[in-house]
Amino acid sequence: MNAQAQKVATPAGEQSHTSPRKVSGAEALILSLLAEGVDTIFGYPGGAIMPVYDSLYHYTDQVNHILTRHEQGATHAAQGYARLAKKAGVCFATSGPGATNLITGIADAQIDSTPLVCITGQVASHLLGSDAFQETDIIGISNPVTKWNFQVTRAEEIPATIAKAFYIAQNGRPGPVLIDITKDAQFGVLDFEYKKCEKIRSYRPVPQLNQGQVLQAAQLINQAQKPMILMGQGVSLAEAENDLQTFVEKTGIPVASTLLGLSSFSTHHPLYVGFLGMHGNYGPNIKTNEADLLIAVGMRFDDRVTGDLSRYAQQAKVIHIEIDPAEIDKNVKADVPVIGDAKEALQALLPLVKARSHQDWLKEFDNCQKVENEKVVSKTMQPSTPKLKMAEVVQALSDQTKGKAVIVTDVGQHQMIASRYYQFDQPNSNITSGGLGTMGFALPAAMGAKIARSDREVVAIIGDGGFQMTAQELGTLMQYQIPVKMIILNNSFLGMVRQWQELFFDRRYSFTEMVNPDFVALAKSFHIGAQRVEERNQLGEGLQNMLAHQGSFLLEVVVEKETNVFPMVPTGESISNIRLE
Amino acid sequence: MEQEQFTVTVFSEDNIGLLNRITDIFTRRKINIDSLTTSASETEGIFRFTVVISTTLANVKRIVKQLEKQVEVLKAFYYDEEDIIFQEVALYKISTQALAQSKAVEKIIRANYARILTVEPEFMVIEKTGHESETQDLFEQLKPYGILSFVRSGRVAIAKPMKRLSSYLAELGQTL
Repeated sequence: MNAQAQKVATPAGEQSHTSPRKVSGAEALILSLLAEGVDTIFGYPGGAIMPVYDSLYHYTDQVNHILTRHEQGATHAAQGYARLAKKAGVCFATSGPGATNLITGIADAQIDSTPLVCITGQVASHLLGSDAFQETDIIGISNPVTKWNFQVTRAEEIPATIAKAFYIAQNGRPGPVLIDITKDAQFGVLDFEYKKCEKIRSYRPVPQLNQGQVLQAAQLINQAQKPMILMGQGVSLAEAENDLQTFVEKTGIPVASTLLGLSSFSTHHPLYVGFLGMHGNYGPNIKTNEADLLIAVGMRFDDRVTGDLSRYAQQAKVIHIEIDPAEIDKNVKADVPVIGDAKEALQALLPLVKARSHQDWLKEFDNCQKVENEKVVSKTMQPSTPKLKMAEVVQALSDQTKGKAVIVTDVGQHQMIASRYYQFDQPNSNITSGGLGTMGFALPAAMGAKIARSDREVVAIIGDGGFQMTAQELGTLMQYQIPVKMIILNNSFLGMVRQWQELFFDRRYSFTEMVNPDFVALAKSFHIGAQRVEERNQLGEGLQNMLAHQGSFLLEVVVEKETNVFPMVPTGESISNIRLE
Repeated sequence: MEQEQFTVTVFSEDNIGLLNRITDIFTRRKINIDSLTTSASETEGIFRFTVVISTTLANVKRIVKQLEKQVEVLKAFYYDEEDIIFQEVALYKISTQALAQSKAVEKIIRANYARILTVEPEFMVIEKTGHESETQDLFEQLKPYGILSFVRSGRVAIAKPMKRLSSYLAELGQTL
């Protein structure tokens, strides 16, 4: 691509100018966003960003602004949007508390590699450092949780800074960028001209594949007797789902997925062996410690996947396909690092690997699954208890949506159950807060996801605790008529913490029991359809009602209060010591 | 693994706020920075940070990758003491009377190859360049004569390998 000046949009009724025209910094910001193809902004106005909102007022025919009910909701919505739209989500917030309220979402986006461009207003530059009203050092605060950030104090800096922000957020390993714009820069006047950023001399987003590494990797793959693929979000970020499938089908290597990798490979595929990690499947966890080769694709060996590192896959050679060189040898030593884009790497490997099958090895996974079915799944799927179990709900949803819905989960037991039992059959169908584990993520994220892909069924599965952390976003669903489906799996407990208290703290349920509001009445107060399901025989119909409903809908399912998610690798344990009960 | 002292050199864009991002990488891992020096490099527009830390080899390797991960960092390196020539500057303020009263101070200055920068009626300033152990040694020798003030700079270091920054960047497909 050439670094040609972009033709920019103008307010309705005005002529488009080919030569630079004089605009305010605030208008330059909006024009820059339009030049980047931004169609949706999630935000919340306030004093220091008012000039921007005033400019936005003239462009509402060209860009959609969603007024969330809290800035945290704006960031999570932008995350949900980014994951499905495959481009940066955009947020606006004012200075001070508006800016600090973004931080949780930004931190979540940083650890889960989600591209965001967050714009904050800032007090006028002459007031910087004076403890002015709603002044906070958001650059300092956001440093550790942003891929890049920058404070703009002059209007002329705006177009190039925004161009750089999008380039950085969206290229290489994606991440959040924060641009703080002082109020005087928003009012200032500049000659507007927009050039997309195509290169930054200090940043190489996609390292070039090293052919030597690729050859070594292929050699290891061709020699391996018990190889296993660990698939992470890098597959979906590289849009390499098909390449992975082709590679897997040629090599016959079983595939396991991290939490964020889920849905990038069909759960129905015969070579899919399950979900890795603390509450993952039995087979892929224990077989990690028996494999002779691990092929990690776009994943970062998080501690929830590895358990005790000193007892993790010590017997295996490791090939680590990863775009971010800083991930190589960070947690697990790679025998062969393949640094680069997952798609390019898989395509480069494909002609070098032999067509094989690993039937005996696969059978070992099948045997593990039989054990898991007997000890875990059967108990949670055909329960003898009167109360519903979370897994039954997820299974029923999976059946009714044929594994094709976008599942947005919050954090806790319901998240692990949804990840274990939803049978994903389409890529880009799993949105969750993985690395940061942010309760309150799901409702706003589902909102953003639905806006990005109105053609997809978006179902948020949320616990009763997490729902109440961002429940005010029901107001946003109402105002903009965003047809998101919500399932609250209500056990009147902070279930995962309770589970740990039961298992590791002698059942001292310290502040985990919740007295909850009437969720159905709450939803109805926002004019959102709602229904409560308490009996097993109501579940199917409840789900049908939810899915058939035209607008947003909340289905509260009252589930058994005290159940545990198994399997479980206790913290600090080896994955070989995964507990089934 | 054993802790060792490493000198980390970082070449970066000259931007406000980058210092914080760089120090965050150490502080987040609870690694104390023994010394930190920033200055322009031989290449115009490129800033150079020299950071001295004590940590394990495995950690310093991870840290260098995290430094390079920063968008505005061009390249980072780590060195052990064998790989670099390094110096620090120390300034000692002592009373002029101490020099006048005893021959000893003059002897100490000569023996340490230190030099006197200024002599005022009340005080004088001595400068010594060297490794930390050397400047510390001089500190101990002058101590009995009353040190009014003492300051030591961060480490500045030049790597022994002849490869230049620009050739590293060329390998990365970048130009300055």
